[in-house]
Amino acid sequence: MEKEILFTKNQVRRKTIIAFSVFIFLMMAAIAGWMYVKNLPLDNGLLGGVQPPIRKVLNLNEKIFSRSLDSTHLAKTYPLSFAVKKVRVNGDIGLGEGFDPATWKLYVIKANGDTLTLSLEDIKKLPKTEIVYDFKCIEGWSQVTHWGGVKFSDFAAAYHLNIEVSMKYVGMTTPDVEYYVGIDMPSALHPQTLICYEMNGTPLPMNQGYPLRMIIPVKYGIKSIKRIGTMYFDNERPPDYWFERGYDYFSGL
Amino acid sequence: MNSFKGKLFTCFLRMLITMERIVKKHKLAIRWFHWINFPVLALMIWSGFLIYWANDVYRIGFGNTTLLKFFPKQFYNLLSIPQRLGEGMSYHFVFMWLFFLNGALYLLYTGISGEWRELLPGKSSFKEAWQVMLHDLHIRKKVPAKTKYNAAQKIAYTAIILMGAGSVITGISIYKPVQFGWLCWLCGGYETARVIHFTLTIGYCLFFIIHIAQVIRAGWKNFQSFVTGFETAGTIPDLPEENNQTNTTAN
Repeated sequence: MEKEILFTKNQVRRKTIIAFSVFIFLMMAAIAGWMYVKNLPLDNGLLGGVQPPIRKVLNLNEKIFSRSLDSTHLAKTYPLSFAVKKVRVNGDIGLGEGFDPATWKLYVIKANGDTLTLSLEDIKKLPKTEIVYDFKCIEGWSQVTHWGGVKFSDFAAAYHLNIEVSMKYVGMTTPDVEYYVGIDMPSALHPQTLICYEMNGTPLPMNQGYPLRMIIPVKYGIKSIKRIGTMYFDNERPPDYWFERGYDYFSGL
Repeated sequence: MNSFKGKLFTCFLRMLITMERIVKKHKLAIRWFHWINFPVLALMIWSGFLIYWANDVYRIGFGNTTLLKFFPKQFYNLLSIPQRLGEGMSYHFVFMWLFFLNGALYLLYTGISGEWRELLPGKSSFKEAWQVMLHDLHIRKKVPAKTKYNAAQKIAYTAIILMGAGSVITGISIYKPVQFGWLCWLCGGYETARVIHFTLTIGYCLFFIIHIAQVIRAGWKNFQSFVTGFETAGTIPDLPEENNQTNTTAN
């Protein structure tokens, strides 16, 4: 039951004043702390980004959650009949007008500085993998879609990119370098990650990044870059379009 | 002793020894949990709106008729929600830790201290809660029975904790649907988890409205006790008819 104690009126008044002072002080301190963090300069200057202390927590989240990211954690796959026919198109950065499919090549910059120049046919010669999975956009919608291409890990093995994939990140840009992503190597080597040239069994449409795009089922769609032009490897985080604009670098699912 | 002197004397005595009876109502830990949760949950809801805006597909309606759209344009503009998805996500995934830890510690505390007994509804609670509601709406005069909390409070305060757990579980399912695929499956899949997560948030908003109304209704003394921890319950002794009876009960 509720306990009764006796205090003098003065004691009661004093205790009440102390309690409210502490209460109001802590609330003000919390608000001041929040305002302080919120008004800190963003970590990517004019492009945006997030406040450095917030970024620290996001990076910590990546450490915590990417620990369990291995080949045993697969994105759920679906029977082919689940795949939608009308695939949502959501973003055209890097898919500019001046693109000439005839001259397109994939440039892979190796660790020693050499550049591999590959055609779409070179990619298509490699073992093909198909996946039907729930593509997830960072905006919050998702869609079961059907993709075909080469596993990134198969591609790396076929072209002996051993030193390259022992590095921490792979960076990719569109031919016009308007859009660019950085992908942590475990996610790139994940068994479901594809260098993709087909959607619903036909070549990629232009607005889906013809001729070659990434499909990374363990990440939000912002990381599945459309129309890969150049690929390179680094131990530091490669620049990333949406990271610079305030999104999480990892963006893993 | 003439009466004037007597009065002066009792007045002096009163100043010196009149005691307030203090009822300890809310433990310090509970007050901390509550007042930490309040701003943290507010930030979670706000950043949640920033995220939801980017794919605001939910509505109440049937067929093509929409009774209530989540959310109307005016609401977005009022809170300057549009075009802040990245910002919303970054805050959401920082404050989620505080929300989760505070909630987990609350559960641990109420579990170990035994205070859950005051909070968990019993068999008769649902019937009594109905009576509480009728009484609160001035339909029924008789004051329903209560211990520390009445039946409606017990249900509400237990439900809100279950809702919190639901938000954490559906939240993880949306945040990491691959790594926590089994949890996402338990929630009925990615889309369903998102619907539940959103619905629970609307639930908090409704809870908040009723909660505030009830706090206002209960009065300042009740609110004060959730800051100070105690409530005053009159003075003793009631001079000059001083007696020792109240003293003994107070001990």
